Amino acid sequence: MAENTTAPKSAQIAARPLSPFMLGPYYKFQLTSVLSFAHRISGLALSLGTVLIAIWVLSAANGAWSYAQFATVARSIPGEVLLFAWSWALLYHLCNGIRHLVWDSGFAFEIKHVYLGGYLVVAISLVLTAAVWAVAFAV
Amino acid sequence: MSLRSPLSEARGLGSAKDGVGHWWMQRLSALALIPLSLWFVFSIARYHVADYPTMLAWIHAPLVAVALVLFFLAAFYHSALGVQVVIEDYIGNEALKIGGIALVKLAHFALAAASIYAVLKIAFGAL
Ligand code: HEM
Repeated sequence: MAENTTAPKSAQIAARPLSPFMLGPYYKFQLTSVLSFAHRISGLALSLGTVLIAIWVLSAANGAWSYAQFATVARSIPGEVLLFAWSWALLYHLCNGIRHLVWDSGFAFEIKHVYLGGYLVVAISLVLTAAVWAVAFAV
Repeated sequence: MSLRSPLSEARGLGSAKDGVGHWWMQRLSALALIPLSLWFVFSIARYHVADYPTMLAWIHAPLVAVALVLFFLAAFYHSALGVQVVIEDYIGNEALKIGGIALVKLAHFALAAASIYAVLKIAFGAL
């Protein structure tokens, strides 16, 4: 077999920046990739959140004492902050999930629309989060 | 004995061997979760400060209990499928990958069963 003279030498291969290691000096962040990461991170965070949701409903089913234990933690400052962060993660993942479903249906693939959708998703998720908490406290 | 030829059995299944099944169920559960999780996040924002009798009475209402069960079914199913994809993407070692997916699936089953049981216990119980 003939020697492949155009192939990079192994030293060059080792020095070449590869995907995750490109983050930082070699990688220019863009709205598109950041929102894509955010969908995965928020999805994983929500999956962890389901554990807390299970604890909530189990403690309610278990009786007044267990529910009181849960409520004390949930209504502490860190508990409220976590709850608020969870609500934004859920609403962001929901809005961006709809964006995914639109893509899956074959629409909005032009770069212009991908960016427009990205800005919309961030804006709408923030507005929805504010609205959820405002209405929840108003009623 | 199956009358299908080996080719027709392999066609359309791709390298994951389950065709578009996983992908499709991820979308279907996402669709169900749009109304369910909007309702759920709002309800939690509203009721997380409720006292115990109020919380019980809320879960006890038939429509709320059914909506909670639907939310749990869709959320745990969607979550299990989603975490599986993340594991498949990042874990190269075959044994770790299979073991991780098995663990994730079993944990989701257990949490789903426990959560739905808790809702039904409250729904069918006395207030
Ligand atoms: C409790 C609620 C939810 C949990 C725990 C959850 C969790 C996850 C996880 C872990 C993933 C995998 C992420 C990835 O592969 O990068 C995912 C993907 C996805 N989720 Fe959710 N999710 C939830 C709610 C929703 C909702 C309300 C929607 C609404 C449309 C949605 C739409 C999607 C879609 C379309 C994907 C696939 C994205 C892709 O192919 O990259 N999810 N979810």
